[in-house]
Amino acid sequence: MRKLMLGNAAAARGLYEAGCAVVSSYPGTPSTEITEELAKFEEVYCEWAPNEKVAMETAFGASLAGRRSFCGMKHVGLNVAADPLFTISYTGVNAGMVIAVADDPGMHSSQNEQDSRHYALAAKVPMLEPADSAEALAFAKAAYEISERFDVPVFLKMCTRIAHSQSPVIPGEREEVPLRPYEKNIAKYVMMPGNAIRRHPVVEARTRALIAFAETTALNRVEPGTDHSMGIVTSSTCYQYVKEVCGDRYPVFKLGMIWPMPEQALRTFAASVEKLVVVEELDPFIETHLRVLGLDPVGKSLFPLEGEFSQNLVAEKLGMAREQGVKLAEAIPGRPPVMCAGCPHRGLFYTLNRNKCTVLGDIGCYTLGAVAPLSAIEMTACMGASVSGIHGFNKALGGQSEGRTVAVIGDSTFMHSGMTGLANIAYNQSNSTVIILDNSITGMTGHQQNPTTGYNIKGDPAGKIDLESLCRAMGIRRVRVVDPYDLAACDQAVKEELAAPEPSVIISRRPCALLKYVKHKAPLRVNPDKCVGCKQCMRIGCPAVSIKEGKARVDETLCVGCGVCAQLCRMDALESTEKEG
Amino acid sequence: METKNIMIVGVGGQGSLLASKLLGQLLISRGYDVKVSEVHGMSQRGGSVVTYVRYGDRVSSPVIDKGEADFIVSFEELEAARWLEYLRPGGQIVTSTQQIDPMPVITGAAVYPEGLIEKMRAAGARVDALDCLSLAREAGSAKAVNIVLMGRLSHYFDLPEEAWMAALEAVVPAKFLALNKKAFALGKNA
Repeated sequence: MRKLMLGNAAAARGLYEAGCAVVSSYPGTPSTEITEELAKFEEVYCEWAPNEKVAMETAFGASLAGRRSFCGMKHVGLNVAADPLFTISYTGVNAGMVIAVADDPGMHSSQNEQDSRHYALAAKVPMLEPADSAEALAFAKAAYEISERFDVPVFLKMCTRIAHSQSPVIPGEREEVPLRPYEKNIAKYVMMPGNAIRRHPVVEARTRALIAFAETTALNRVEPGTDHSMGIVTSSTCYQYVKEVCGDRYPVFKLGMIWPMPEQALRTFAASVEKLVVVEELDPFIETHLRVLGLDPVGKSLFPLEGEFSQNLVAEKLGMAREQGVKLAEAIPGRPPVMCAGCPHRGLFYTLNRNKCTVLGDIGCYTLGAVAPLSAIEMTACMGASVSGIHGFNKALGGQSEGRTVAVIGDSTFMHSGMTGLANIAYNQSNSTVIILDNSITGMTGHQQNPTTGYNIKGDPAGKIDLESLCRAMGIRRVRVVDPYDLAACDQAVKEELAAPEPSVIISRRPCALLKYVKHKAPLRVNPDKCVGCKQCMRIGCPAVSIKEGKARVDETLCVGCGVCAQLCRMDALESTEKEG
Repeated sequence: METKNIMIVGVGGQGSLLASKLLGQLLISRGYDVKVSEVHGMSQRGGSVVTYVRYGDRVSSPVIDKGEADFIVSFEELEAARWLEYLRPGGQIVTSTQQIDPMPVITGAAVYPEGLIEKMRAAGARVDALDCLSLAREAGSAKAVNIVLMGRLSHYFDLPEEAWMAALEAVVPAKFLALNKKAFALGKNA
């Protein structure tokens, strides 16, 4: 039966139907739902790993043991997993292994706009790129066949508009795949120089075989057109924009396998049209391949390198501009994302702002600590960079920075890549203060469990890493816990740990206000007789607090009664609406 | 049939994903090709959010571009105004009259514009504005604004009531069904 399905859910469905048995991933928008959907199938073992490198190595281990395996990640997660990737390409697999990587053109929820297709080329690993949910399902299944036929892990490359768009699919049945028995093979699986040197030619021969496969596979297709003055080579969402604008007018070479690309088939297509145009988001990946083939396509000389495309953009660039809508003359105030009302990070960032700390930040909801009026965070690069970064910062400036600089990192991000940075602080002894914002969940990606929460991906009890013990075991003697709803305690902790002449960790602990089990207090209310309109309560940037007609006002539909604003009010004007008795 | 375009806009956390799920279920059950595009992650944290719903004989792009929307369904006045240029000439806006201050307004860096509904009408848009929050509360929950809006939108569609109800039953948990049916009816008959 035809069903509307999210691209990520359809990919999960395809992996499931293909007999996928072991899944290990780290969440990251826009890839997260693939693994969340797989976790709903009883036949599939599914887990959140501490990071993408661990996830990929786990999936590799399962493949080696003989079960079809999967790991999923966002584009920047693949940077973390790049180390195993390049060598698993040499060893090859036993049972099929599929790696989903989801790019985020337009950076809806990412720190950069990198183009993951380069990894396929660099690691010599084939990459399939679906253009809707039905293809996500079909390509996930095809990926396992290619993986086992060519003895190679296979990428399933998603992007935001494929991952987070729903379109019709027809789900099928799961095919149970027999175990492929593991066999000891030191020459194939032990990548020390003497063996690896013999594997490299195998990889190159495999690529030649994959190019031959690309010439004829149904994953790539030519759609005929009526007007041969132009022919378009494209893939993924760009294919959809091209079809939206041009319909069936121009011939289209739609690539479903983005690496390796065919050679002869593309030459034949180019020869059939007067002008060859490449429509692709981000880097000129297809275009460069065509140039290597000696063709002369129009690509990035016409289309931008940055951002998402759309039908209007493609129409304009192809000289088919369309009618646009009307705008209001007046400026519409922006609505940037903000920390939620009751967010436990807010009190801590207020404290850091008050103490004029230099704050090196990390990846998560708390990156919003950089936004006015808190404006606390001064650097965010990648997972874990706050902890490693503060060590370098303090080694460079010594006493000038040690007493005023902190790193902030979430619980999940700390487990992902913060621990190793802390090991460096403990080992090479920089007088650094690291604050772990422990909200007991992986927040930004939509509440995934992690090694510190005590629950697994299915919500069942699991191992639980104790952050205090971990930090102490690594050699940090000063480890303390504060409640970020208690501003006085936060202030004292930050002052004392910055003053201490040795490395320290502050764990700012309170569960995310959006977690279902968190009980909220009654909303606060402003007593208009006491409020003098001094705006002290506005300094925390809570979306539930505003000033109307000279007095503070609390939006009762948003307020969760955390009471942080009340601690700033000198007139005691913010009162609880909790019923007495 | 030519592709029809519905945008659902609002503030992260207001429930636009359920509204798009309902529309998707409704339209696929009517045999259309359908695409629904959402954004998850960072922008959901109280930011401006948009969901695209497209249906017809053959839908290619998952998104709606400027000048294409037949309908803009908005949970909030400022958001309706923000996305106005996505409306096609002669398109219809269905908006709740709720106003939620964005952070630049809260901090005093910007002012919430006044008279947005009249200004959108003056710009040529057809605007159907109603107090969905009050209607949702009347139905039993402030969270039912999304279904009140869907009820109002149903007004403009030539589809049998049973099809909407079947879609509602498919996407809403049983224990909230009565409440949501009431919210739908209040929106439709407002």
